[in-house]
Amino acid sequence: MKSLGSIRRDFAPWNDPNAKPYIQFDNVTKKFGDFTAVNNLSLTIFEREFFALLGASGCGKSTLLRMLAGFEEPTSGRILLDGQDLRGIPPYRRPVNMMFQSYALFPHMTVENNIAFGLKQEGMPKPDIEKRVAEMLKLVKLEQFAKRKPHQLSGGQRQRVALARSVAKRPKVLLLDEPLGALDKKLREETQFELMDLQQELGLTFVVVTHDQEEAMTMADRIAIMDKGEVMQVATPAEIYEAPASRFVAHFVGNVNMFEGKVAERSANTTRITGPSGAQIVVENGGAATANADIVFAIRPEKIRVSSKKPADAVNALEGEVYDIAYLGDMTVYHVRLDDGQIVRASALNAARVTEDPLTWNDRAWVSFRPDAGVVLAR
Amino acid sequence: MSNIAVTDAAAPSTAAKPFLTRLGTGFVNRLVIIVPYLWLLFFFLIPFVIVFKISLSQTAIAMPPYTPVLDFRDGISGFFAGFRDLNFDNYVWLTQDALYFKAYITSVVIAAISTVLTLIVGYPIAYGMARAPATIRPTLLMLVILPFWTSFLIRVYAWIGILKPEGLLNQLLLSLHIINQPLVILNTYTAIFIGIVYSYLPFMVLPLYSSLEKMDYSLIEAAKDLGCPPTSAFWKITFPLSLPGVIAGALLVFIPAVGEFVIPDLLGGSQTLMIGKTLWNEFFANRDWPVSSAVAVILLLLLTVPIMFFQQAQAKAQEQGK
Repeated sequence: MKSLGSIRRDFAPWNDPNAKPYIQFDNVTKKFGDFTAVNNLSLTIFEREFFALLGASGCGKSTLLRMLAGFEEPTSGRILLDGQDLRGIPPYRRPVNMMFQSYALFPHMTVENNIAFGLKQEGMPKPDIEKRVAEMLKLVKLEQFAKRKPHQLSGGQRQRVALARSVAKRPKVLLLDEPLGALDKKLREETQFELMDLQQELGLTFVVVTHDQEEAMTMADRIAIMDKGEVMQVATPAEIYEAPASRFVAHFVGNVNMFEGKVAERSANTTRITGPSGAQIVVENGGAATANADIVFAIRPEKIRVSSKKPADAVNALEGEVYDIAYLGDMTVYHVRLDDGQIVRASALNAARVTEDPLTWNDRAWVSFRPDAGVVLAR
Repeated sequence: MSNIAVTDAAAPSTAAKPFLTRLGTGFVNRLVIIVPYLWLLFFFLIPFVIVFKISLSQTAIAMPPYTPVLDFRDGISGFFAGFRDLNFDNYVWLTQDALYFKAYITSVVIAAISTVLTLIVGYPIAYGMARAPATIRPTLLMLVILPFWTSFLIRVYAWIGILKPEGLLNQLLLSLHIINQPLVILNTYTAIFIGIVYSYLPFMVLPLYSSLEKMDYSLIEAAKDLGCPPTSAFWKITFPLSLPGVIAGALLVFIPAVGEFVIPDLLGGSQTLMIGKTLWNEFFANRDWPVSSAVAVILLLLLTVPIMFFQQAQAKAQEQGK
């Protein structure tokens, strides 16, 4: 099998203006009484994409998935699958299958019969069903458990049965609602890669709902960050992390330092920002910020260097005092209190076993970063 | 001593427990189990033995009205000598008079039909309750239990007022011009079915509700997701999973309905033949205690079959862990 990277590198239909969207949410709104679960949302997903909906609980991501499956109808707007409007099509006639968070395995049926259930509904001939079930059992490595009932399986095994059952019908789209939520950490990490391999092998479109950002970052081609029924940003994991579109996204994914300030000077490539205490930083890629605009500069901790002396070549260097140090083994996290009172989080990889420039609590320290290390966001 | 006992009781190994402690906890554990067994012994097994004994004697003009059998009036030897006098004449008699056979069959058939009717009426009620918003479920449950607050006898009497030719039902149907002649319902089997379905409905609804309520609704969604239309999803998922409730409810209705006496007596009139009524007649009208005892023993044996079936089903459900 080819390595995932080589297949994936040139897969980016979202950058191709001629690519036909596979799943399309057009101004979809879903209300439950007074509560608006999904608010005027538009989104496109492409064929064979591994798409993740990421958000805190109650952000509307599960409702979105359930509307795609047909368990909920949008209050307004429309959902298209492969050009077909899904409105009014009941779940049992949609070419999508769902893997439920609770797995929803039929307790009175064996593993075999659970997997065969959807195929029997289709009226597939018996020998074909047997062949497909055997194939599915092999795919999820549960051949010897075919005759067991769900209650005789472990959590991880049940998860794999649920997966096998939902892909057995070869749906156009597989919906996964928190597919790894019930597994322990180690199993979850293993299963993430299994899911990615499976998606590649079957060539299906996956839409996965999760609240675990690491899970979404690992598996997805693109991630939609959701909040209060709206999509905040849709982008690849790297873009989400390195170029968040808003404060919310920057905060939601990973750790971030935010410097509030005003644009003092704006040129084609550089932007000079003045902080409240008069400290100045110069950054590249100022985004849409214009002179005098109130902005925030967001920078990830690993892009900040901490040193006891001011680095000679640094464009941006701010002085402060080491306030806290957390040694995590592979890296060390420093909390530096700048002279204007702001606390900056910086992480340094412990590449060497012995540091020549050890910093300790209450030492004077400089934090420095390159002009292209962060992004400028609207306040 | 008590110190040792305490520390040892906390130890995981039972072998390390001192003998007295083991005896103590073992005794308490056993006592808890013994109580229900004693209850069954005194209030079920011994009365049954007495009834069985009476069924082996002959009717006599005496107090009580049967010949003594297997008692200790003549000492131990007399008791054993009594074995030789035992006869199963009363049981033979039950097979000779077609009345009893007919009464048994009618009772079982009526009880079976009533059970099916109760299931048909009760299932939608239980299903509706289980799918109702969680906030109103306790109220619905209360409404199902509410009729028990009134005497059973009065409720059955009330049905006479509803079903009789000049009763409420006929008045309503006549005034709506749906019928021209009053319907004859009272003193027919129809009235018995109505009475049994009405009286035993809660016994059907409650076990059904409890098995439907704990069912995960996402199973139905999963079935639909896999291409199963709602009706088919009901028969393939909901119904099989509610089977323990169906069986429990059916037996809770069927078993008492077979021996039911009050409902056929009040609503079924004189022509209806059911074993409960036959038994009552033998006992009170004929004063033939031995024959009525034999009727009762056969009835009990007849009902052991569904009870054993029930127990097996329960054990199976328990093994499934659901």
